[in-house]
Amino acid sequence: MLDPTTHPDSAIGRVETKNTTCYMCACRCGIRVTLRDGEIRHIEGNPEHPLNKGVICAKGASGIMKQYSPARLTKPLLRKEGAERGSSEFEEISWERAFDIMEERLGNLRATDPKKFALFTGRDQMQALTGMFAKQYGTPNYAAHGGFCSVNMAAGMIYSIGGSFWEFGGPDLERSKLFIMIGTAEDHHSNPMKMELSKFKRHGGRFITINPVRTGYSAIADEWVPIKPGTDGALLLAICNELISQGLFDRDFLVQYTNAAELVIQDEARDDDGLFYRAEMHVEEGCFDPENKLWWDRELDVAMSTRTPGSDPYLLGEFTLDDGTKVKPSFQLLKDRLAEYTPEWAEGITGIPVETIKRLAHEMGVVARDQKIELPIQWTDCWGNEHDKVVGSPVSFHAMRGLAAHSNGFHTIRALSVLMTLLGTIDTPGGFRHKAPFPRPIPPCPKPPKGPEAVQPNTPLDGMPLGWPKDPDDLFVDGDGEPVRIDKAFSWEYPLSVHGLMQNAITNAWRGDPYKIDTLMLFMANMAWNSSMNTAKVREMLVDKDENGDYKIPFIIVADAFQSETVAFGDLVLPDTTYLERHDTISMLDRPISEYDGPVDSVRIPVVPPKGDCKPFQEVIVELGSRLKLPAFTNEDGSRKFRDYPDLITNFETSPGSGIGFLAGWRGKAGEKSLKGEPNPRQWEMYAKNNCVFHYELPLSYQYMRNWNKGYLEWARAHGLVRYAEPINLHLYSEVMQKFRLAAQGKRPGKQPPERLRNRVEQFFDPLPFYHETLEAQQVDTQEYPLNALTQRPMAMYHSWDSQNAWLRQIHTHNYLMVNPKLGRAQGFDDGDWVWVESPWGKVRCMARYSESVEPGTVWTWNAIGKASGAWALDPDANESQKGFLLNHLITEELPPSEAGEHLSNSDPVTGQAAWFDVRVKVYKAEEGEPEVSFPQFKPQHTLPGQPGKRGKWQVYFAGMFNRKKSA
Amino acid sequence: MTQLALVIDLNVCVGCHACVTSCKEWNTSGWAGPMADEEPYGKDPSGTFFNRVQMYEVGEFPATETVHFPKSCLHCEEPPCVPVCPTGASYKREDNGVVLVDYDKCIGCKYCSWSCPYGVRELDEYQKVMKKCTLCIDRISDETKPEAERKPACVLSCPTSARLFGDVHDPDSEVSVAIRENAGYQLMPEWGTKPANHYLPRRKTRIQIFEDELIRADNPLKKEEAVGEIIGDTIDDVAM
Amino acid sequence: MHPAFSVIFLTTLIGAAQGLFLALVTAQVYAVDGILPAQEPGFYVQGSFIALVLLALGLVAAAFHLGKLEYFITRAWRGMSQWRTSWLSRELIALPIFMGLVFLYFAAHYAGLHEPLFTIGGKLAVDATLLIGIVGAVMAFVLYISTAMIYASVRFMQEWHSPLTVFNYILFGLASGFVLAAAFAATVGSDLVGFFTGWALIFTIASAVTRGASLYRNARIEHKSNLQTAIGVRHPRIRQKSMGFMGGSFNTREFFHHASDSAYDMMRYAFIALVFVVPVILLLLDAPLLAFIAQYIGLLAERWYFFAEAKHPQNLYYQSIA
Ligand SMILES: Nc1nc2c(c(=O)[nH]1)N[C@H]1C(S)=C(S)[C@@H](COP(=O)(O)OP(=O)(O)OC[C@H]3O[C@@H](n4cnc5c(=O)[nH]c(N)nc54)[C@H](O)[C@@H]3O)O[C@H]1N2
Ligand SMILES: Nc1nc2c(c(=O)[nH]1)N[C@H]1C(S)=C(S)[C@@H](COP(=O)(O)OP(=O)(O)OC[C@H]3O[C@@H](n4cnc5c(=O)[nH]c(N)nc54)[C@H](O)[C@@H]3O)O[C@H]1N2
Ligand code: SF4
Ligand code: SF4
Ligand code: SF4
Ligand code: SF4
Ligand code: SF4
Ligand SMILES: [Mo]
Repeated sequence: MLDPTTHPDSAIGRVETKNTTCYMCACRCGIRVTLRDGEIRHIEGNPEHPLNKGVICAKGASGIMKQYSPARLTKPLLRKEGAERGSSEFEEISWERAFDIMEERLGNLRATDPKKFALFTGRDQMQALTGMFAKQYGTPNYAAHGGFCSVNMAAGMIYSIGGSFWEFGGPDLERSKLFIMIGTAEDHHSNPMKMELSKFKRHGGRFITINPVRTGYSAIADEWVPIKPGTDGALLLAICNELISQGLFDRDFLVQYTNAAELVIQDEARDDDGLFYRAEMHVEEGCFDPENKLWWDRELDVAMSTRTPGSDPYLLGEFTLDDGTKVKPSFQLLKDRLAEYTPEWAEGITGIPVETIKRLAHEMGVVARDQKIELPIQWTDCWGNEHDKVVGSPVSFHAMRGLAAHSNGFHTIRALSVLMTLLGTIDTPGGFRHKAPFPRPIPPCPKPPKGPEAVQPNTPLDGMPLGWPKDPDDLFVDGDGEPVRIDKAFSWEYPLSVHGLMQNAITNAWRGDPYKIDTLMLFMANMAWNSSMNTAKVREMLVDKDENGDYKIPFIIVADAFQSETVAFGDLVLPDTTYLERHDTISMLDRPISEYDGPVDSVRIPVVPPKGDCKPFQEVIVELGSRLKLPAFTNEDGSRKFRDYPDLITNFETSPGSGIGFLAGWRGKAGEKSLKGEPNPRQWEMYAKNNCVFHYELPLSYQYMRNWNKGYLEWARAHGLVRYAEPINLHLYSEVMQKFRLAAQGKRPGKQPPERLRNRVEQFFDPLPFYHETLEAQQVDTQEYPLNALTQRPMAMYHSWDSQNAWLRQIHTHNYLMVNPKLGRAQGFDDGDWVWVESPWGKVRCMARYSESVEPGTVWTWNAIGKASGAWALDPDANESQKGFLLNHLITEELPPSEAGEHLSNSDPVTGQAAWFDVRVKVYKAEEGEPEVSFPQFKPQHTLPGQPGKRGKWQVYFAGMFNRKKSA
Repeated sequence: MTQLALVIDLNVCVGCHACVTSCKEWNTSGWAGPMADEEPYGKDPSGTFFNRVQMYEVGEFPATETVHFPKSCLHCEEPPCVPVCPTGASYKREDNGVVLVDYDKCIGCKYCSWSCPYGVRELDEYQKVMKKCTLCIDRISDETKPEAERKPACVLSCPTSARLFGDVHDPDSEVSVAIRENAGYQLMPEWGTKPANHYLPRRKTRIQIFEDELIRADNPLKKEEAVGEIIGDTIDDVAM
Repeated sequence: MHPAFSVIFLTTLIGAAQGLFLALVTAQVYAVDGILPAQEPGFYVQGSFIALVLLALGLVAAAFHLGKLEYFITRAWRGMSQWRTSWLSRELIALPIFMGLVFLYFAAHYAGLHEPLFTIGGKLAVDATLLIGIVGAVMAFVLYISTAMIYASVRFMQEWHSPLTVFNYILFGLASGFVLAAAFAATVGSDLVGFFTGWALIFTIASAVTRGASLYRNARIEHKSNLQTAIGVRHPRIRQKSMGFMGGSFNTREFFHHASDSAYDMMRYAFIALVFVVPVILLLLDAPLLAFIAQYIGLLAERWYFFAEAKHPQNLYYQSIA
């Protein structure tokens, strides 16, 4: 062989390097793609990218295998005449024909009843575009994955502190000293989280993880606190109790920046019971919380306008206003609430010893109090006070779906928000930090439509398909208080379902509840597999027919890049490009990749040409929008407005002259403006030149305390991030919740819940966080089904996408049910045995693996490794389908009938968050002689027209020779 | 003499496998490639990898430690795999201590793999020659690359920077300092192979809270004690 | 270790060939000295031809041990280059030399080169065949040692890393070679059957003693490496959960025998019976050919077991998938 030191890699072929943004997952790292003779040689992290600074993950580094995967779709496909849906019998058609079919069908629906068209999208990053399309089309039936993903996280925190974990904010590990991670396995900020965690540990930070399972990040924690699933609310409330009873809270922070001292009316007889007492004064209407409230001054012992200069209020006490109104500071109400939530009480629920709970509280409280960070940064707050420093408490948290994906998740996350608030760590150094466009008002401005009249033929929707209700009048219900949307979002069943309830769309459409739809379009969502609960049944619904022999869901369009399980159920299949083949924007209007120090958005620019007849779904949207003559896609004269997607991105403005478009960088005629400014014809070029990313670094004085930072808020208003530069005070006590409760109690005029739901709304719309058992645990026999079954994200796989990836699937070829040996021994099965896992809703057969890293009451498995036989271009006998299994078969999408209704979603009653992790199971050994394959099995899917051929026994990738070799 | 090596910090490795696939990705199209995959889309897929990340559980619930453990060729200073090779295909470079295989000489007899206690050599079942980590020799020595990128692919990719790269013979190098200061150790020292790669152990940070830290003069609860109205007499009212 | 059939056949075939050759040469030397009756030249021609055939078959088996058959032609020569350090290289040199000598021995007998070249002590006439035979005998031992040392020198396989491995291998070769010689003598009606049988019994019993010793040793071996040293964590309870991949790899194929416990035990009983007990009985019953067949099959089992018995420390890293 040649001496490797004298013959560099680049000597082998023609080499070129291009930058773009990764999309092997939603983290959106900057990548540098090196091509050799047109084939991908190497994908590495872009060292100049602010997000990942050169690192990459297992998935990102396996992008080559996605690009050349035999699972790729390359032709538009139409279900064959006479073939049954689901049988994978397709014919290739032209794009022209595909567009004609869609134009005719969608055009007719739009002209008659636009809500009969439903568009649901999965874990995509173009909700700004798809949402805009849906609104323009006029259908309310639009949502993305948020409802089944982590809407509890978004809603729970945004309704409390105006920002959230997930993709909207995070822990400042750089300066933190104590970090508590709760219920997180991987999350979206994958690479940055890992980078930060390691730096944090190396700087001597203390890392505690609260999780029933110890893997991944939790593995390197200094302390693992195993907890029973679904009980974090109890733990967090007990910690709050201990903090308050020890006086370990940040009083100054609570007084100034939260509604802790604000006086709440306490009179059950009154209709405004539980609302803040508001002084009569002129208040401007807007989506912000007017400051016409009172607190009780300690010096003068009288009620006084909140934040009156020089005044210091009581946080505790009970007072009577001059007009005789009995009031309490909301902090007193919180303290009263917490009284029953003692550490002793929580021990029994969470399985965490009292001493541990108290110690956790003490560690948090003492570190927050005694290790304050002071940065010499001057800033001015909204009330005009000048500060010569920014002060922070170095205790930070991160939490994700371990809290969110439970039906009590909203209140658990409220409890976490309260805990963080008590410690005073909101947008402070070492604590929680916002990412632009957050903080936003509590709740943010966009509102869903208000009733059925918002949906009119040939007219855009009146309102945003998704929004943030601030009171019952913002619900999207008809005169009877019943839902207008097919997923029943923004109805009394799940009033704050701010991301929709995609998990129920198919079941509802199948049942025709609340109505039947005609066309269901699924983009990038594997709804016939891991994105549905009760998967086997959902697959039947997709092919179910009515008494006339017509499909109950008449027409299904699937836009996918791969031969997924869902593709088999399409009537029309649109082959999308891969992330390396298309333009894309990761927009401020959606979920940008902002950093703590300022807004960041980014783009993708194609590095290789599309394969076969693949077409970016973005182009499909632009084409359809133009053909259907949706206003935003059409000039005054009816002609097409945008040539293609890049043209739309360059020239689109949210409204004429708003200066706000999809991309925030290099706006203005010559690219001289940021965030807001006229369209710049050379914007793409400028992104291309700058690593495909735009990073706006805020001045230091705007980087902290942004909820109340006058400079920041005014800057944000000037740059179109917020409408009002008003303070965003933290809602320790949630008046929004109380308004819904009052309506349920019949104390509020306006929209009223249907009778069956009154108790439910009254119970769950508690203005203070409370602990309740998950809905499932309340309704099933937990003696019979004693275990909690969970899934976790594997770091080396993204949802169901990566089993087609020849390298990644070698790491996870199938999954096991991980169980504590205690459980196995008690049930009489051994490490590696085949077992049945049974819930009240279904059963699966799989293999068990003993593990000491799991709490004995919990069993878990990696998410979405199990596959349907023959999908993803895998052989029908591939391990994924024969040994792998999908936990979703055990999870119900609907709760058993109850007083509150027959078909309630198995979701959080506040937000509609899918309660994936509530499922209760029992596990027992499979019988001797049972087949050693996982159950259930489905009829194998087969290869589709246009799918590149299988590669046989060997695959030998060498860039520049791969395709040549193959054809040879 | 220079001895290049990796130092792997188990204290921060989260087991993400980034080093696994970025290694494969760099090397399959490089000097040491291709790295074939068998049954890539079929039953029991397997293939050649130079680096694997394993997982161990230490202790019993609830005192369990989950240890992620990456492992590739350790570039032993006394590499037992080299002298046994009949063809001279396996060799250790004089200039930097990297242990390599020359595929053109290798007869695939596997004997070297028997003489490696660490299980890091893999016979490429397609090409039938022995393969292993090259420390990305074609990358670290590629002078057309900027200095900062002349590092192994796995090192550049690692999100937790759990993988350090450098000369363990230079006492001032980052790797030597890390080994010294963090009790770096070698695997299976009992064989005298003197692996150049080292591992850094788990380290724990604890916080001690003293009782008296909970009681403080400035406890905010004190501010909540109501001044309250005075009911009845005070001494001031009655004393003469 | 995974028992590779190529190596099992290679070692048993050439071991027997070497033994047979040594038997022939011994017979010839004794004959020169008059201790044993002289044989027809045809006896040596046929005998050495059998040895050559066995060697050739061994070589064919060996070729299958290379990565690709073509390497046998294109690269195997390189295998001789590292004789300073590699026992495998030494074997690769010794084997062809030995084969060459056997061939020369065969050819010399065939060509009838029986003119004495010189005499020792005026009594022992040394001809070309004898000279080649003696050099060949020395080479046979060099080859025995080289082959045996390939295994015995791998210190990581503690079951192998012992002088017993060398003794066993040599004694198995001698035993099977002399049994074969006896069978051959009986077949061609030579009067050496008794002589060969006697030595065959001695070698077989000696190998039973040394192999018994190694079984005893291996059953009690304390392995130097354990999970604690493998990953450097000091804790009595460590379990691997994931080896990092699921569909297997070279490291799971090459270093594990993948046989069930019962199959493994069966192999041990089988080889003890077939290598030692049965041949001894058959030899005593004057059935040397059957004895050879039984012993050869037994040796195949013994080699299988020899591999399966060895526990490579790398296996500590490949215990579980998840
Ligand atoms: N590699 C990779 N990265 C991904 C994804 C992927 O598929 N692969 N998916 C992306 C997406 S869409 C999402 S939504 C995020 C999700 O990111 P995560 O929220 O990190 O996702 P999960 O894997 O669901 O992790 C849930 C964690 O919560 C724990 N848990 C479950 N129930 C409880 C509980 O009641 N209490 C506590 N304390 N813990 C609990 C589980 O053990 C698990 O560790 O990841 C994103 N990133
Ligand atoms: N049991 C259980 N189930 C869960 C979860 C859980 O924790 N436990 N998590 C839930 C969560 S949080 C989420 S976000 C969902 C994730 O679920 P989804 O967002 O639905 O992700 P996937 O299931 O991977 O399906 C995405 C589809 O997109 C396709 N695709 C991939 N790349 C492209 C592309 O570039 N273009 C197009 N058009 N299509 C593409 C894939 O082929 C696949 O069919 O899963 C949910 N399901
Ligand atoms: S974390 Fe996600 S975006 Fe970043 S490199 Fe990995 S797959 Fe790509
Ligand atoms: S890339 Fe780094 S953190 Fe990830 S497995 Fe490898 S060494 Fe560990
Ligand atoms: S780790 Fe194994 S292959 Fe690498 S140098 Fe050491 S003995 Fe040789
Ligand atoms: S397999 Fe190749 S490198 Fe290894 S000992 Fe044999 S010839 Fe040498
Ligand atoms: S140094 Fe290079 S070859 Fe070795 S494990 Fe790392 S990436 Fe692979
Ligand atoms: Mo998600």
